[in-house]
Amino acid sequence: MDTLAMHISNGIIDGPVAAIFAAFALAVLAFCVLRGRRDLDDRLAPMAGLVAAFIFAVQMLNFPIFTAGVSGHLLGGALAALLVGPWVGALCVAVVLVVQALVFGDGGVAMLGLNITNMAILGTAAAYLLIALLLRVLPRTTAGLGVTAFVAALVSVVVASQGFVLQYWLGGTADLGGNLAGLAGTMAGVHLLIGIGEGLITATTVVTVAKVRPDLVYALRARKPAVPAPAVPTAGGLR
Amino acid sequence: MSKRPWPLILGGLLVALLLAGVVSNYASSHPDGLDSSLLKGCTVNAEDEITGGSCPAQQAKDHELADSPLADYGVRGVGNGFLSTGISGVIGVLLTFALGGGLFWLARRRGPATGAPTDGAPTGPANGAPTDPGAGAPTGSAARDAGARPAGTR
Repeated sequence: MDTLAMHISNGIIDGPVAAIFAAFALAVLAFCVLRGRRDLDDRLAPMAGLVAAFIFAVQMLNFPIFTAGVSGHLLGGALAALLVGPWVGALCVAVVLVVQALVFGDGGVAMLGLNITNMAILGTAAAYLLIALLLRVLPRTTAGLGVTAFVAALVSVVVASQGFVLQYWLGGTADLGGNLAGLAGTMAGVHLLIGIGEGLITATTVVTVAKVRPDLVYALRARKPAVPAPAVPTAGGLR
Repeated sequence: MSKRPWPLILGGLLVALLLAGVVSNYASSHPDGLDSSLLKGCTVNAEDEITGGSCPAQQAKDHELADSPLADYGVRGVGNGFLSTGISGVIGVLLTFALGGGLFWLARRRGPATGAPTDGAPTGPANGAPTDPGAGAPTGSAARDAGARPAGTR
């Protein structure tokens, strides 16, 4: 049976750099837990569980891209950010990566911090910045939401791929002969194509949910100016 | 406003189970964008195995848990490839939903019905009732445990 490895494998990045990124990822995820709790209520919590499970499923679906012999798969940061917000969204992707590394032997356990940094943190952050911008600029229509999802997803994949290039520059185990730009270009090119797939999947999914239950799409809820961002000082003196 | 999310959750789960349990068998088995980029400089055969040259992918080492019963998205002991991939996908979806959903449920904000009405500042020490600060601690450490493993001993 062919080996399905979809994330950074052991030995690709050296130990110290992997450890630094593990610490970085841990700190950011802890912050996401703190901020995400403001969003997490009885409705968002199960929704976040579903988003994680859905991303796991779709990550298994490697699709061919135009370049012969190369496939791509969803990363999910943009999808998660749209449906459950950036903080909880990053945690969703991280949960998927942890399950994949610990149960399915995909992505080295020692490389988990690197993979989480690229896909859960960088991917989701890039996606959410674009989502926040585009939803403000584009018309509040289904098309507007779809375009937002597509663009945010596409860019987030390319950004995540460049996260790997940075990590490889810091701790790559093979000598590229000074050709880091070559790796950056290859990664960006391939992931631009993968990003198209990511964009189509993300837009289709989010538009579908928005049609059925718009109240469960975080990005649509957040832009309603009538509701001043969920209870500002967590539990402060509101009740 | 407070429409229940459960119909959509159930529907979404069914779609995810179908995708991971059945459609996953029709996924492309070519190396993904990352792997293919790391293969640059090497020549590969029809099975995408390295046959020569020099590239970053050659430095790859075995996974710590390569002999996990579900390693590589298959179920050890199940000979039928279709079933093996499908079952591992179904297990993965349910496991991810249980783990993710469980952690998020534990970490959620409690509504006014369950939370203490005279809740102190988030910095206040635990005061008996399972108020926000108290409920947050175990979840935070659980998430930290999960993330801590890579840096740790394994």
